[in-house]
Amino acid sequence: MNNKVNFTIDDKECTSTSDKYIVEAARENGVYIPTLCNYDGVKPAGSCRVCTVKVNKRYLTACTTPIAEGMEIEVNTTDLQDFRNAVVELLFTEGNHFCPACEKSGNCELQALAYKFQIMAPRFPFQFNERYIDASNPKIYHDHNRCILCKRCIRVVKDDKGKSVFAFENRARQIRINFDSKLGEVLTDELAEKAMEVCPVGSILVKGKGFKDPIGTRKFDHTPIDKIVIPEKQNI
Amino acid sequence: MTKDFVHQTIKKFNSDSYRLLDMLLDIQQEYGYISKDNISVLAGELNQSEADIGQTITFYHFLRSKPQGKYSIYLNNSIVSKMMGMDKIARQFEKESGIKFGEVTKDGQISLHYTSCIGMSDQEPAAIINEKIFTNLTTFRVKEIVLAMRQGKPVESMYCTNFGGGKNSSPLVESVVRNNIRRSGPLLQLNYVPGQVLQNKVSLMSPDEVISEIKDSHLRGRGGAGFPTGLKWQFCRRAKGARKFIFCNADEGEPGTFKDRVLLTEKPEMVFEGMTVAAYAVGAKEGILYLRYEYKYLETYLKQVLQDLHGKNLLGENISGISGFDFDIRIQYGAGAYICGEESSLIESAEGKRGEPRPRPPFPVEKGYLGYPTIVNNVETLCSTVTILQNGANWYRELGTDESTGTKVLSISGDCLYPGIYELEWGFSINDILEMSGAESTQAVQVGGPSGALVPPSQFNRILCYSDLATGGSLIIFNQTRDLLRDVVMNFTEFFVEESCGSCVPCRNIPALLKKKLEKIQAGDGVREDLKEIEEWSNIMQINRCGLGHTAANPVITSLKNFRKLYEALIQKDVNFDSGIDLSAAVAESCEFVDRIPQL
Repeated sequence: MNNKVNFTIDDKECTSTSDKYIVEAARENGVYIPTLCNYDGVKPAGSCRVCTVKVNKRYLTACTTPIAEGMEIEVNTTDLQDFRNAVVELLFTEGNHFCPACEKSGNCELQALAYKFQIMAPRFPFQFNERYIDASNPKIYHDHNRCILCKRCIRVVKDDKGKSVFAFENRARQIRINFDSKLGEVLTDELAEKAMEVCPVGSILVKGKGFKDPIGTRKFDHTPIDKIVIPEKQNI
Repeated sequence: MTKDFVHQTIKKFNSDSYRLLDMLLDIQQEYGYISKDNISVLAGELNQSEADIGQTITFYHFLRSKPQGKYSIYLNNSIVSKMMGMDKIARQFEKESGIKFGEVTKDGQISLHYTSCIGMSDQEPAAIINEKIFTNLTTFRVKEIVLAMRQGKPVESMYCTNFGGGKNSSPLVESVVRNNIRRSGPLLQLNYVPGQVLQNKVSLMSPDEVISEIKDSHLRGRGGAGFPTGLKWQFCRRAKGARKFIFCNADEGEPGTFKDRVLLTEKPEMVFEGMTVAAYAVGAKEGILYLRYEYKYLETYLKQVLQDLHGKNLLGENISGISGFDFDIRIQYGAGAYICGEESSLIESAEGKRGEPRPRPPFPVEKGYLGYPTIVNNVETLCSTVTILQNGANWYRELGTDESTGTKVLSISGDCLYPGIYELEWGFSINDILEMSGAESTQAVQVGGPSGALVPPSQFNRILCYSDLATGGSLIIFNQTRDLLRDVVMNFTEFFVEESCGSCVPCRNIPALLKKKLEKIQAGDGVREDLKEIEEWSNIMQINRCGLGHTAANPVITSLKNFRKLYEALIQKDVNFDSGIDLSAAVAESCEFVDRIPQL
C-alpha cells in the first residue's frame, strides 16, 4: 500500500514512499529539516513549529504532514530559516537557560539547534519567567526553568498500564508540565532514564546521572545536530 | 457519600473516559468544585493518572479545583462590557463583597471572577451568576444583588425586570436576556415550520441530491472560515467509517458575537433539523450539539425541544418515515475556552481532553470525533441549509452577491443606538450598517471580532462578503470618544494572551510580547524600532497551527496598518532605537542593594 511518491525539496527531485512524514522523506533524500518536539517513533505533535516548511504555498509542520505525490516543498528559504531561528530564540527567552551550568549541555537539542543556526543573541527580550525546580521525587529532578513544553515526556513516559506520568497543567502562558506525584513515587529506574533521554533539554534529569558522560564526549560536542545519524525507525 | 456521587457519575457515562468533560461538569455542579479526592476516584476508575485528569480540568476556565463562592459571579471583561462601564461595576462588586476579583469571601458565600465574552455584547455589562445571566448591570443593581446574596436568596429572585422577549420568557428558560432582533431574513422570519424540510423535501431526495442542492447554493461556513458546506458534506459522505458524527458548533466565543445565542433561543428546531439533514446527507446516526457553557441557561429548554422532536418523529428511528434513517442528538457542554470554537479543538474537547487543535491532515471529515468521519458546522450554517432545501438553491443564490450567496446574521454592538441582531444579505457596506444601527461619529469598526480587522472610516465603503470583508458576524462599533490603542487593541491582545492553548511556541509567546510593546508605547517610551518589531514579530504568527494562532496578532497589526498615526503620535520623535534598559536606573537599583552610592 506504500506507494512510491515523487516530490521536490527546494527544487531538487526527490522520491520516497507514502507512509512517511515529510521530515522522514526529506532525511531519506539527504535533506535535514530541523526538529525539536519530534521524537522518532512517537506520534508527532507539531507543537514547536521548528520544522515548519512551505508546501504548495502553505506553512506546514514537516513532522506531522505525510508526504504526498507532487508536493513542492520549500525548506531552506530565508523566511523559513528566519522563522526557525525565531522559535529557538523565543524558547531561549521564555525559559531560563544557562548552558554553562546545565547538566545537559552538549546533549541538549535546543543548544545544538542554536549552534546550528548560529544564533548569537535573541531578538526578543528575556522574559525572566518565574519557574521552579522540583527535586521532591527520589529519582528525578524536574527543572521547569529549562522546560520547552515540547510534550515529549507526556507522549512517551507511560507506566505499565499506559498511564501518563507527565501531563500539561493550565493553558496559555501559565502552561507547565505536571509530574504525577503518585506515579512518580513508584517510578521505575527504566522509566526515569527514559524520561531523561526523551527530554531534549535539561528539564528532566535522573539524580546522580547528570554528568554520566563527561563534557567533551557528549552527543553534540563534536557533531552538529544535522549530522547526527538517526537509527532506523523504532516504535515506542 | 462524596465518592458515591462520583462513582454514580462515572457509571452514568459508562466509565467512558471520552466523557470526562461531562463527568467533571456534573461533579462540579454537585460540589461546586472538583476536589483532589474526586480527581483520585476519577483517575482510578478511568485508568488514567491524576495528572492526566488535571490537565483537562486546568485547561478550562469554568472548571475549578478549589472551592468557589456559593454565588460565583463571572463578570464579562470583553471590550463591549468595558465600553459600557464594566470597571465601575467591578469596583462596586468588590466594594460590596469586600473581596477582589479572583477571591472568595471568608464565609464562602461569594466569589468574583472575570470571564471572556459571554455572548451578551448588545446588553452589557453582563455577568453569569450560578449559570444565570444578568444583563445591563448598574452599580445600583450590584448593591441589590450582593445584598440578596448576603440574605441567602435564590439567584432567580434577584432579577428585577420581566423576562426577555421571544422564547427567553418560556417557562423553560425564564431569562432576562433580550433577543434584540433588529432585522430578520429567511433564517429569523417567523414562517418556519419544524420538520417541513425533512417531511416534504428530504424524504423525496437521495443523500447525493441533498449534497448537490447545498453545493449549488454556494453556501459557505458561517463560523468565520468560510469553507464550502456542500463540499464538506461530500467529503464526509465519501469517507469510510463504521460511525459518522454531525457536530453543531455552538461555541461562539469571538468577542462581540451573539447571533448563535439568538438562533438557539428562537430557532432551535431549525438548528436540529439542519443537523438531521446533514446526517441524512452523509450517513450519520449520531449528532452532538457542542454548546458553550455560557449558554447553559438554555439547557432545560433545548432538551425539551429535542424531546418534542422525538415525539414528532423528527429525531429517533425511521425519521419522517424514511426507512432506516435513524439519528439522535445529545448536548455536549464546553467549559470555557475560546479555542474550542476551532473544529479540531472542539472535537478534542468533546472527547474529554484539553482543547488543543489537532495537526491537519487528517481533516475531521476523514478522522474526527473518536477517529470517525465528522462534520462540524456552525449553528447558522445548519439553519441556512434548512432554508436552502425549503426554497431551493436557485432561490438562495439570488440572495447576496455572486460569490457570497445568501444571508448573514450579524451581531452588532458598541457605539450605536440599536445594538442587536441583523440578518442581511451579503453585499452591504460598513456605511450601510452604521446607518442601519444608528451609529454616529464612528472612529472605527472591528469587523470579525478580535481575530478580524480594525477598519478605519476611509474603508467604510468596503463590502461584507467573502472576497472583501469576510466575517463570522461580529461587528463592534467605536465612536470618536474611544481610545483605540489603550482600550480596544489592548483588550483584544490580552484576550489572545489568555486564550492561547499554549501549544505552539509563537502563539504562547508573541501576543504577550506585543502586549508589552503596547504598554511601552502607551507609556510614551516607544521608539520607531518598536513599530518595526511589532510588524516583524507578528509575521511569525503565521507558522502557528490553527486559526487562533494565525490571527492573534491581528488587533495590533491591523490597527498599526490602519491607524498608524495613533502609534506615531505616542512614540518618541526622532528616537529610532533604544536598548530596552535604563542603565542609570539599573545601576541605581543595584547600588541601593549593596549600599553604595551610584557614580554615573
